[in-house]
Amino acid sequence: MGEKKTVYSICGMCSVRCPIMVEVEGGRVRWISGNPHDAGMGTALCAKGIAGRALLDDTERPLSPMIRDGERGSGKWKTVSWDEALDYVAEKLKAIIDQYGGRAVLLSDRGGPFGEYRKAFLKAIGSPNYCNHDVTCAVSVNHAALSLFGFGRKTLNYDYKNTKHIVLYGRNILESIKIKTTKAVINALDRGAKLTYIDPRYSVTAAKATRWWKIKPGTDYALNLALIHIIIKEGLYDKAFVNRWVHGFEHLAKFVEQYTPEWAEEETGIPAQEMYLFCREIAQDAPHVIFHPGWMRARYKQAFWESRTTYILNILMGAIEVPGGLFFMKGPKDAGKKGLNSIGENLPKVEEKRADGAGWKYPYINKGPGLLHRAFEAIKTGDPYPIKAYFVHRHDPLTGLPDPEAQVEIFKNLDLLVVVDVNWSETSKYADVILPECTYLERSDLIANQKGLKPGFRIRTAAIEPQYDTKPGWWIYIELAKRLGKGEHFPYESIEDMWKKQLEGTGITVEQIQEKGFITLTDKPIWYDRMNELPFKTESGKIEIINKKWEDAGIPCLKPYEPPEKPPKGKFRLLFGRCAWQTHAMWMNNPALHPYLKENVLWINKKVAEEMGLKDGDKVVVSNGGYQKEMRIFATELIHPEAVFMLHGFGRTVPQQTRAYNRGVADQRLEVGLLDVYDPAGGANALCECFIEVRPAK
Amino acid sequence: MAKYYIYHDPTRCIGCLACEVSCMDWKGLPYGEANCRIFRFGPEALFGEPDLTFMYTSCFHCEKPLCVEACPSGALAKREGDGVVVFREDLCIGCRACITACPWGIPQWNEGTGKIHKCDYCVDRIDQGLEPACVTRCPVDALKFVRVEEASQLKRMRWLRDTFGRQVAPAANY
Repeated sequence: MGEKKTVYSICGMCSVRCPIMVEVEGGRVRWISGNPHDAGMGTALCAKGIAGRALLDDTERPLSPMIRDGERGSGKWKTVSWDEALDYVAEKLKAIIDQYGGRAVLLSDRGGPFGEYRKAFLKAIGSPNYCNHDVTCAVSVNHAALSLFGFGRKTLNYDYKNTKHIVLYGRNILESIKIKTTKAVINALDRGAKLTYIDPRYSVTAAKATRWWKIKPGTDYALNLALIHIIIKEGLYDKAFVNRWVHGFEHLAKFVEQYTPEWAEEETGIPAQEMYLFCREIAQDAPHVIFHPGWMRARYKQAFWESRTTYILNILMGAIEVPGGLFFMKGPKDAGKKGLNSIGENLPKVEEKRADGAGWKYPYINKGPGLLHRAFEAIKTGDPYPIKAYFVHRHDPLTGLPDPEAQVEIFKNLDLLVVVDVNWSETSKYADVILPECTYLERSDLIANQKGLKPGFRIRTAAIEPQYDTKPGWWIYIELAKRLGKGEHFPYESIEDMWKKQLEGTGITVEQIQEKGFITLTDKPIWYDRMNELPFKTESGKIEIINKKWEDAGIPCLKPYEPPEKPPKGKFRLLFGRCAWQTHAMWMNNPALHPYLKENVLWINKKVAEEMGLKDGDKVVVSNGGYQKEMRIFATELIHPEAVFMLHGFGRTVPQQTRAYNRGVADQRLEVGLLDVYDPAGGANALCECFIEVRPAK
Repeated sequence: MAKYYIYHDPTRCIGCLACEVSCMDWKGLPYGEANCRIFRFGPEALFGEPDLTFMYTSCFHCEKPLCVEACPSGALAKREGDGVVVFREDLCIGCRACITACPWGIPQWNEGTGKIHKCDYCVDRIDQGLEPACVTRCPVDALKFVRVEEASQLKRMRWLRDTFGRQVAPAANY
C-alpha cells in the first residue's frame, strides 16, 4: 500500500489517444480505464489501452540509451548514459550541419497533438524536413479535402451520434477502434441508423452493416462516379446547398454522364440495381448521412480521386455542418477565447525548400506532413540536396512504409540514424543511436488543443515516474538543441515551464485542465450558419470541383477512371488491415496482447483455394521478390477472389522481442518495389498495388 | 440467492477482447487466461448470408453450484446475500474436481499456481459499488452487470428490437 492518486490523462497505446483515467497506488499503476468525465468515453477502454500496464513491466524494450557497437543492423549495442548518447548525437549532427547545412536533417513521426517541440527543434537547426507517417495513412484524403474545401481533412469531423446512414469504404470502424467513435457507431446502429460497408473482405464492421458490398479491389472510384451519376440524374442532391456552395457543379454533372451504374456494375461487381436503391434510400436520410472519406486510404494510385468523390457525395447530400453529417471542428477562437501559445521562442523562419518537393516541385502537396517516400528518394539521390541525418521518432518506416529492404539500402547514405521510441521498432535495429522514450504513463506532454463542437484543451500528465533510464521526447530534443547552441529558443527546464508558456494569457491554469484531463471553453456546441458563413479556404470561397492548384500541375480534378491492373495468373492482390486488439505494428510483442495473436493468417477465397487443392487451415508459401514465408490460410467465401488479406505488423526481425520475433508474415516485405508507387495527386503510397504469389507449402 | 448476472448483447459486441484483457489485468491472471472468454461463430456464409457473431462466456453463479459441491477444501463457496460463487485461492488444493463437476467448463487451470481460477464478479470491486472489470471497460457497452431478473427483460427487448428494427421499451414505462 502507499499513496493513492487518480490521474486523468491520454492513452498512448495507439495514435487515437483516447482520454483515460489512471489510478496509482504507491507509485504503481493499479488500474487504467476510460476517462468517465468524458461522456462519450465513459470507463471504456480497448484491449490495447488495458495492456498499457503490461507495457510498463515489459523489459523487452530499450530501457536505456544505446549506441551501435558493430555494423549497422548487427544488433550489437553499447549501453551508455544520457549524457554520452546526447553528446554523441550532437557531435555527429554538428559535423553534418557544418558540412551540409541544417536542411540535411530529416525527422519523421506519427504526427499527433504533442509534437510541436519536434518541429521547433528542426526549425531551430534550420531544417524544413519534417514528415509524418501520413504517406502510409491519410495524406491523399487530406489533399482531397484541400482540393475541394481549401482546408485539410481534420477540419471536418463526423457526427455519428445523430446520423441516419454511415457509408464506409474499407474504413473498418469497429476494428480500427477509436473508442468514442466505435461506441457512437454502435449506438447509432442500435438506434436504427443504417451502415453501408464497402470492402472486398468481410470484417467485423461488415458483420454489423445493414449492407455489405464485396467490391472488386481498387474500384471505389468507379462506384463513386456511378453513385454521383445516379444522384445527379435523379435530382437526389441538396439543390439549395449545392447552389449556394459548389463552384463548378456543371463540370461534375457533365463528367459523370459517361459513368453509368450499368458500366460500374461490370467494373465493381456491385449490381447496378443495388446502386439505384442505395442512392434513393440515402437521399431520404440526407443531410444526416456520412460518407467517410477514409482514414488509412494509402492503398491505390487513385486514392485522391476515391476520397475526393467520397467528399463530393457528402456535399451532394448537403451533409456539411449539420447534425448527423460532417461538421466543422471549432477552435478556441470560435469560442471567443485565446488559444495556446507556441513554445518555440523567436524561431527563425526556414526559407529552405523541402527535400521531398512538397510545396515547390509538387506545389499542390501540403508542406505540413510532407511526402516521406520522396524524402527517402532525396536520401538516395542527394537531389535536391543531401539528407545525412534522420530522426525517427516513435515511427517505424521499416514496418509502415513498403519494401524495408529498399529502405535499408537507402539508409546506407545516412551518416546518422537516430531512433527515439518506447519500443524496439524494426527501424531501431538499423539505428546508430537509440534514445528510449518513457511510456505515456510515465510522461507528461505539451497541452494539446481539443477541437470540436465544444473546443478546449487536453493534457497528458505522467501517472508515475519513469521506471527505467528513459526520458520524455520533449526533454530529449531540448537537450539536443542546447548542445547544438540553440538553447535560446527553448528557455525551459521542465514541462511545467512549457505549460506555463502555452497557457499565458488564456486565463486557464494547468490545474484546471488536470482536474478532469481536459477543459472545454464553451458550454454550448458551436455551429456555423450553414447557408451563410461556412469558412471554405479556396480561392472562390466555395467548394471547388475544379481546383486550379492541381489542374495547373497537369493533374485533372475530375480524372477519367482507370481500371485497376488485373492480378497476373497465379497471383493475388495483397490487402492488409488490423484487428481490434493490435495497432498496426506496435504491440505484437506486448506480453498481454501477444497470446491473442501470435501469427497472422492469409484470407483467401474458398473457391479459389479449392481450385488450388487447398482447404481451410492448410499451409501456403506467400512470396514476392526475394521474400517468401509460410503461413496458414483461412479459406472463406467472404473475400473477393482476386484478393488475399493478412493482418499487418507481423514477421518481426528484432531478436530482443522474443515473443513476436519471426512470428507470422510481414506484408510490407511482400510490397517489393512499392516505395516509389504512389498516388500522384494526393501523395499516399499505393500499398495495395501489390500482387503476390501464393502456392501450397510442400 | 443469486442476485447478479452479466448480460451480453451480441448485437453490440465487436469481439474486441477488451473484456478478456480487462479480466486478466485486474485479476492478475496469466496473460491470455482470462476468467471470461469471447468466442466467435464465423465469419462464414450461413445459409448464403454472411455472418459473424460473438458470444461471451463466464461463470453463471448457479443457484446450486456443482463446483462448490465438488470442492473438498472449501475454496469455492456460494456467498451469503448475493449468491456470488467466490473462490479462495489460499484454500484451493489443486484437485480439479470443480473442472470435472462444472457442466460449463468455467473453472480453469492456472499453471503458474497449480490452482484453479474462476470469475467471482470481481467481488472486491462490487463491494465498493463498482462493476466487474470486464463490464467496466467494455468499449461498446455490450456487457451489462444487472440483477438476474433484468437480464430476461433485456434479452426480450433485444430480440424484439432486432426482429422489428425499431426501438422498444416495456409497455408501462412512459
